Formats: sequence, C-alpha cells, structure tokens
Amino acid sequence: MASASAKKLRPKYLSLSALLFEIRLPLPGWVSILHRISGALLVFPFAAWLLFMLDASLASEQGFEKTRAYLQLPLVKLGMLVFIWAFAHHFCAGIRFLLLDINRGIELRQARLSSVAVFAASLALTAWFGVKLW
Amino acid sequence: MKRIVVGAHYGTGSWLAQRVTAIVIAVYAVVIALVVLFGGRPLSYAVLKDLFSQGWMRVATLVFMVSLAWHAWVGVRDILMDYVKPDGLRLTLEVGTILLLAAYLGWTAQVLWR
Repeated sequence: MASASAKKLRPKYLSLSALLFEIRLPLPGWVSILHRISGALLVFPFAAWLLFMLDASLASEQGFEKTRAYLQLPLVKLGMLVFIWAFAHHFCAGIRFLLLDINRGIELRQARLSSVAVFAASLALTAWFGVKLW
Repeated sequence: MKRIVVGAHYGTGSWLAQRVTAIVIAVYAVVIALVVLFGGRPLSYAVLKDLFSQGWMRVATLVFMVSLAWHAWVGVRDILMDYVKPDGLRLTLEVGTILLLAAYLGWTAQVLWR
C-alpha cells in the first residue's frame, strides 16, 4: 500500500538529470554551489579580463579612452554585470562561511536566514553596480 | 589518529591560508571600491596613473594579487579534487591552473612597474 509506493530505489546515482531535475537543493546549498561556480568564473576568465583592462587603461591616455569606449559596448557591459554578480556573491557567501567557521549562525534557522541574506545582499549589490554601469 | 595515506599536513595550512587571503582580498576590494566611488574625483587617466604611481598602491596591489593567486589555487584545487576523477586529467588541469596564476602575477608586476 503506502509503504510500497514510498519505497525508494537504492542505490541512487548522481546522474546529470538527477542533479538538474530531481535533487532540490535547500537555499544554503545554492549559496554553496554558486560560491564555487562564481569562484571558478572569477579565476577565469574575469581575472584575466580585468587585468587586461587595467593594463590598457594604465598604458597610455589613448588606452584609457579605448577602454572607456570598450566598456560602453552592450556585450561588454553584460559581461561586467556577470563579473559584478560573481564577485558580489562570492564576497557575501564568503563572509557567511567565515562566520560559520567561527560558529556564528550554525543553527538551522539562522543558517537559512543568513543564506537568504547572502542572496538579498549580493543581488542588491549587483543591481546597484549595474545601474551605475548603465 | 593515524593518517599516513595522503601526506603530512592534511590541508589545515591551506584551509587557514584560504581564510587569511580571503580577508586580504575583501579589504583591498572594499577600499578600492570606496576610493573609486567616493574619492571625489571622477576617474580619468591622470587620476588612475597618479593612484598607481604611489609606492604603497603598487605594493598593496601586489600583495592583493599574491593573496588572490593563493586563494584561487586552494579553491580551484578543491574543485578539481571533487569533480575531476581521472588522475592524469586532474594533474593537467592543476598544472594549467598554476601556470595561469603565475602568469597573472607576472602580468600584474609588469603593469605595476612599467
């Protein structure tokens, strides 16, 4: 009856479709995996891209103006927006992890609340810098 | 406790280094953001050039980049250890990461002391 249908198939393998459609991460899980994804993106390509722009901006007056014009291109702005989100999320989630390291907010309720705060703060920062960018 | 399989340090040093470098990166990023946004002068070539000609700014930026490279190395290595199971591929990606981060540091020095 109920117990028969509730019986789960074991073992359960982590297939891509399971990751995408079956396993639903709690909010702190999303903070964590996005911390990884944003970190990887910041290492490459964003660190190289920003170094490239700093290099050009400091090289000469023309380089600076070229970089300024380059930053006006819609696709470049979109890229910058992704960078801003990645940095903001990595920054906010990182502070949360540092607090967890010193045993702050490790109870379930606070941990959920702080993961909401990470999303709220990082998305607000992204929106604010995004507005400044456009 | 007897742990002899993977070596001597068990990652405690890396764990600590990642936290310390995280704080260095965060402080530098916040200070730069505040200076650029509320420094009073709109960002121009002269302002940027002037900022990066200061000795303390060059040293601070180099310390920031070294922290970033170290932090990135610990993080990327963790990701590779978790998801890339074939040893040869993982080693290749780890070497590639080290070379990339070394290139970033060389590039930074070049940009700072031109």
